[in-house]
Amino acid sequence: MALDDRKSGFTFVGTRPNRPDGLDKVTGRAKFGADISAPGMLFGAVLRSPHAHARIVKIDASKAEAHKDVKAVVTRADFADVLFKPGLEGEFWNVLENVMAGEKALYDGHAVAAIAATSALAARDALKLIEVEYEVLPHVTDVDKAMATDAPVIREGAADYSVPEGMHPNVVRYHDSGHGDVEAGFAEADLVIEDSFVTEATHQGYIEPHACLAMLGNDGKGELWCTTQGHWIAQKTCAALLGIETSQLRVTASEIGGGFGGKTTVFIEPVALALSRKANRPVKLVMTRSEVFRATGPTSSASMDIKIGMKKDGTITAAQGVFRLQGGAFPGAPGDMTAMCAFAPYNLTNVKQIGYDVMANRPKQAAYRAPGAPMGAFAVESVIDELCKKLDLDPVDVRLKNAAHEGTKASYGPRYERIGLVETLVAAKAHPHYSAPLKPGQGRGISCGFWFNHGGETSVSLALSEDGSAQLMVGTPDIGGSRASMALMAAEVLGIPYENIRVTIADTATLGYNDVSHGSRVTYASGLATIKAAKHAVEKLSERAAAKWGIPVDAVKWEDGCAVPSGPNAGDFDPMPLADITADMGSTGGPISGHFEATPEGAGVSFGTHIVDAEVDPETGKTSVTRYTVIQDAGKAIHPTYVEGQYQGGAAQGIGWALNEEYIYGDDGRLQNSIFLDYRIPVASDLPMIDTVIVEVPNPGHPFGVRGVGETGIVPPLAAIANAVSHAAGVRMRQLPMSPPRILAALKDNG
Amino acid sequence: MSKFHVSTTVNGDTVEYLCDPRETLLDCLRDKLNLTGAKEGCGTGDCGACSVTVDGRLVCSCLMLGVEADGKQIETVEGIAEGDVLHPLQQKFIEHAALQCGICTPGILVAAKSLLEKNPNPTEEETRYWLAGNLCRCTGYDKIIRAVMETAAELREAS
Repeated sequence: MALDDRKSGFTFVGTRPNRPDGLDKVTGRAKFGADISAPGMLFGAVLRSPHAHARIVKIDASKAEAHKDVKAVVTRADFADVLFKPGLEGEFWNVLENVMAGEKALYDGHAVAAIAATSALAARDALKLIEVEYEVLPHVTDVDKAMATDAPVIREGAADYSVPEGMHPNVVRYHDSGHGDVEAGFAEADLVIEDSFVTEATHQGYIEPHACLAMLGNDGKGELWCTTQGHWIAQKTCAALLGIETSQLRVTASEIGGGFGGKTTVFIEPVALALSRKANRPVKLVMTRSEVFRATGPTSSASMDIKIGMKKDGTITAAQGVFRLQGGAFPGAPGDMTAMCAFAPYNLTNVKQIGYDVMANRPKQAAYRAPGAPMGAFAVESVIDELCKKLDLDPVDVRLKNAAHEGTKASYGPRYERIGLVETLVAAKAHPHYSAPLKPGQGRGISCGFWFNHGGETSVSLALSEDGSAQLMVGTPDIGGSRASMALMAAEVLGIPYENIRVTIADTATLGYNDVSHGSRVTYASGLATIKAAKHAVEKLSERAAAKWGIPVDAVKWEDGCAVPSGPNAGDFDPMPLADITADMGSTGGPISGHFEATPEGAGVSFGTHIVDAEVDPETGKTSVTRYTVIQDAGKAIHPTYVEGQYQGGAAQGIGWALNEEYIYGDDGRLQNSIFLDYRIPVASDLPMIDTVIVEVPNPGHPFGVRGVGETGIVPPLAAIANAVSHAAGVRMRQLPMSPPRILAALKDNG
Repeated sequence: MSKFHVSTTVNGDTVEYLCDPRETLLDCLRDKLNLTGAKEGCGTGDCGACSVTVDGRLVCSCLMLGVEADGKQIETVEGIAEGDVLHPLQQKFIEHAALQCGICTPGILVAAKSLLEKNPNPTEEETRYWLAGNLCRCTGYDKIIRAVMETAAELREAS
């Protein structure tokens, strides 16, 4: 895509106005997923398997169906693969199997039936009336055990063509990439370190549980309101699972109370629609927190082997990684992403990476902020840190020496365009944090991190009103202030005040397809589309002005919100403000709007460097993070305050992952910590202020230089904190989370 | 199971509802009074998104039964602003971008207001510990803590 726009000299971009939805959100009137109701509404509830792996022998719902408060019961028999032969295949089938179990329950919490009743209490009570007969099967929840020869098979035939022969059927995808000759590289090294690392599954931990309100008639027409990162994928998936036409289901995205990747698919939405169709009434379905933990999409757990060779001067001669990711009872664990991201920050002559996607009896993993990347960075950056320590080298200097830059052949294949890793490292080295003295018992760690970023299908529409204000419709749910960024970019192009632009997250009936709010794509892709749509409107505004003046349109240019003659030869006219053109647009050619639809592909990869100080209490094993600095390339920060917010939020989630958070399964395969009391995410008293440095190395693929910033911030923390803790405790930490018992055990092992 | 008649005061208004003895105050606020500002993030008193005050005391409304509200004075996020004038905390949260998704914001505002009423000059540590019962997954708390402390400073200056 040819983009010949400016990257500096902005009027609105880079300022920090109040967000347009601020008032709604501080007064409690913003409508999130569960904040809506409809006349005649029923309440849904879902019956879930208590077993990690079991054959469903029989479901008897007759008692529930006979209850006066119950208006519908659904099981797998009510979905499209049964009702509409020949049924679904591919990922749709996986999603269906996940939202409602078929022949087998595949994990603790797997949905087996659902009820709609006249009240939430009645629905919950009636679940007890459904009788399910299970034949309990052997289960496996650990990634290494799931790959072992004697592991129970989750599903035969789930592996794709990429898996080498002889692997266990639970290994369903295989990735292998790299370049050069790693063995030759290791031979050149002065020091080679080989080590293994483990990370546990974590949950995105959005505070808003999944919630929806569904209405579907037997005419195949439906309405769905839900909390989601992408209502078009919800529309497409639900329609497929229910056997209706995509366009007949209108989906409206509610305000969304956090997603972080976890709301990029559907869980309860197709179930609510099926209940609604059967009862012929609207059905509201809201998950409990325990259901969120047991039955939505946590991240993968991982087991990894890393080998890196280094010369005495810090040059990395070869790097190799094997990454085994457990993704629950379905294909999809991002072993390929982990492998491709792990060494991406470095300019390597010899590199090889292998990734495995492994199934186990756990919920189907979903994306979690740079899915797959944080685990790999933890393993790789830990080994680099150990090499620096053994060779007595400065960890920032070593990373600078090996850092990827424009033209570097990335570990995963392509050559980088303009990137900002070196700039983040230089900023780290110069930051007062890096040279501040440490107290006894404290350690400092650093790490780099990489994420691809994403473009994706995007459709935006902008309509001008007679009074000169503008309404902008975008299709990417606003999770962290993106409506403010969109309005800033539109204001920049139109030349009208930020406040005069109303941004709406349009429903699926209003715009063409929009990919999910994921891949750090919203400010990049919806932003690019907003700029293009605004330019489209400016073209039409210029045409109207040209007609009024009686000059050719190419003799008109757009400046500061006005049409002006492009030069002295174009004629002598006063600037014509936007509002003067829109005032009589009905009689000069009709409404003026701008549109843009495309799949932008210049997302621009993103790098960050984090500096962490940690203090370990040798008596209790408790770690405190005492200082934290995030340095990341944003390309161009449209609204810098919300960019900082993304950096801080990513770091905080990384701190939780590194120190506290983990899915704990018992020997019975049941999740043991399915509430926030036991799955403890960082609270305010756990964290320090999180300092941020916004580096701006413009992305050539965006008109204003934007790179996505949402995900990269969670990539470095695991490693940076592990490095800090390892220095503070004097022992290398190889397993996350570094909870107090693990740290005490490591200290004890170390004598 | 028969329902109980409850008469209570919410944000200064006298209200009545019928509730099942198993329903929480949060259920009653949201489903019977249409006050959906308080959110259910966990239902176990761990996340604080449902924070309200009952006779001036900060509580998780998911841990209190609807029937227990009888005769009490309840304050929710909907009652923080006075008419069209936002409370300084609300204004400061918008200005500081102390929210991203905004789901925790109602509970945090109720809790922060309660803090400032008890302690007009909290230290950072006191603020962090007071808000430790309110989970935010988006912000890392940095901007929230700054917004609360800056509001406290402004309110002290104004009084």
